[in-house]
Amino acid sequence: MATTTDDTPRTAAVAAPAGPLARGRKTRAGKGGNRAGRHLHAGWLTYLILGVFTIGSLYPLIWQLFASSHTNERLAQSTPPFWFGGRLFDNLESAWTDANMNTAMINTVFVAGTITVSTVLFATLAGFAFAKLRFRAKNLLMMMVIGTMMVPPQLTVVPMFMAVAKLEWTDHLQAVILPMMVSAFGVFFMRQYLAQALPSELIEAARVDGANSLRIVWHVVFPAARPAMAVLGMLTFVMAWNEFFWPIIALTQQNPTVQVALTNIGRGYVKDEGVIMAGALIATMPLLIAFAIFGKQIVGGIMNGALKG
Amino acid sequence: MTTEHREAAPPAPSGGAAPRLDKKTTRGSGPAPDPAREKRRAERRSRRYRWDVKYSPYGFISPFFIFFIAFGLFPLLYTGWASLHQVSLLRPNEMEWVGFENFTRLWDDEFFWKALRNTFTIGIISTVPQLAMALGLAHLLNYKMRGSMLFRVAMLTPYATSVAAAALVFSMLYGRDYGAINWALGLVGIDNIDWQSGDWSSQFAVSSIVIWRWTGYNTLIYLAAMQAIPNDLYESASLDGASRWQQFRHVTLPSLRPTILFTVVVSTIGATQLFGEPMLFGGGGADGGADGQFQTLGLYLYEMGWVNRHLGRASAIAWTMFLLLIIIGLIYWVLSRAVSRSSGQED
Repeated sequence: MATTTDDTPRTAAVAAPAGPLARGRKTRAGKGGNRAGRHLHAGWLTYLILGVFTIGSLYPLIWQLFASSHTNERLAQSTPPFWFGGRLFDNLESAWTDANMNTAMINTVFVAGTITVSTVLFATLAGFAFAKLRFRAKNLLMMMVIGTMMVPPQLTVVPMFMAVAKLEWTDHLQAVILPMMVSAFGVFFMRQYLAQALPSELIEAARVDGANSLRIVWHVVFPAARPAMAVLGMLTFVMAWNEFFWPIIALTQQNPTVQVALTNIGRGYVKDEGVIMAGALIATMPLLIAFAIFGKQIVGGIMNGALKG
Repeated sequence: MTTEHREAAPPAPSGGAAPRLDKKTTRGSGPAPDPAREKRRAERRSRRYRWDVKYSPYGFISPFFIFFIAFGLFPLLYTGWASLHQVSLLRPNEMEWVGFENFTRLWDDEFFWKALRNTFTIGIISTVPQLAMALGLAHLLNYKMRGSMLFRVAMLTPYATSVAAAALVFSMLYGRDYGAINWALGLVGIDNIDWQSGDWSSQFAVSSIVIWRWTGYNTLIYLAAMQAIPNDLYESASLDGASRWQQFRHVTLPSLRPTILFTVVVSTIGATQLFGEPMLFGGGGADGGADGQFQTLGLYLYEMGWVNRHLGRASAIAWTMFLLLIIIGLIYWVLSRAVSRSSGQED
């Protein structure tokens, strides 16, 4: 920064419209809201680039929808389909029955739901403690929480598989649920949120009124944390729904989650690509619908989580 | 605020730091005249209060640590122990001590080195463009514009797509004979590429899945950090005549440095763990292509443990990955310190 200011001829630059114009913008932005940052207006090129990336983000999903509505023969032609064919529901049905999707769906909803509830609950408790309470070794323990985010799942998979085999939990859902009941990211996220969203005076006041810690958690912390809990819940649900590495080791096709079931679709002698795509569609659809509804909140949540990180 | 809280949290009937005198205690026969009993009760209350304040934080964090020790720390250490044994997938409870043999065998194992190299190259070609694009996109999204929320949600949508679904879709898009990508390349006169069989082409294809899924997520993280940069910095920069590009280079980038470091670390960790993408891109097998051309360490670990049934050697791969991560972490740490020191002098 220092170099630029020194190198640029100041006189010319300040006289140029850049100075006053920029100030005009700033005041408008200042009036507009409390968000700091630059608020220059976007030009057409910006829209163009963003539009291209948006299409790039969405196109594979749209294409998946098209592909799942065609026969295998149609997909094995050199021109890929760009519109719906007539076999969407047949393919969905084949995928559904091929892959034991009834069980898989129920399992996945149960697994992801349980993981979400426990992660949010435990993360809020721990996040509150780290954000607002005083105790010994607090910083050290928080460092440990952050450190655990770095441990790759591959490192723990062999002994966990041994344990699952010994307990005869192969194919039982608790094998997938228990290891994911807490998340270091969740603790970190809730701590960041509660540190700024929950005034310490509120806790003090509750204590003066004679509330013990559990009461404070129930009546003060949970209400204050509700927005962040919702966001963390959505993020956790997405993650749990999409979890792949450990479930494919711990579960089999007899009692799969959706992601595990997906690997089995169309594994016959002839791969039916239409059915495979239909399976992929089944696996993504619930989350895409949720995204269409809650996308704004999820975006806000990720941005808030990152902001104070 | 206070009234709201009073509604939410009515004063507790029993115990507490400062018993309220204006409220009847529900316990016993109202205000007791006996001063000794009152004193004992007050002591009990204050003791309970002290214990509550002292120990309940540990109660609140204990679930996390209990689960972490059970499913994180203990398995981590046990993996290290198992890596010194010969263990078969079929009899996981019979362990035979072999010392460092698993590690020395890895050293002589060409597939291990190949997987290590692939992990590294796929990591680079997925992380670097991804973060660069995310930075640029965040910069654009930071302009004042219509429909910015629409762009944000659309770009984050791939994040909600599972690895499995994304990899299946992309492996079809990259199909040799009928894939949409080869078709599009054909329009501009490029011959069909066999994406799966080439070294670079397959790794590029696998990386593109990663890039597709994570660019939007990183964009949002950068955007959040950009919006936290104080306006004054831009104001003074533009007063000094800095162009948009100069402002980006000299105001935005330095302010984002911690965030960039964070995303680099997270992406590196993610890249080391790459598993689902190469597995399903190769049609569900663990070999990462006929020649192992896109087999990553994560996939090799799976093949070693769950296809070849050598859990001990799989553990050795896991611990090698761990050591690599530690080394990479140390490099980042040294680099970030060096960078912040040099920039400190510059400013």
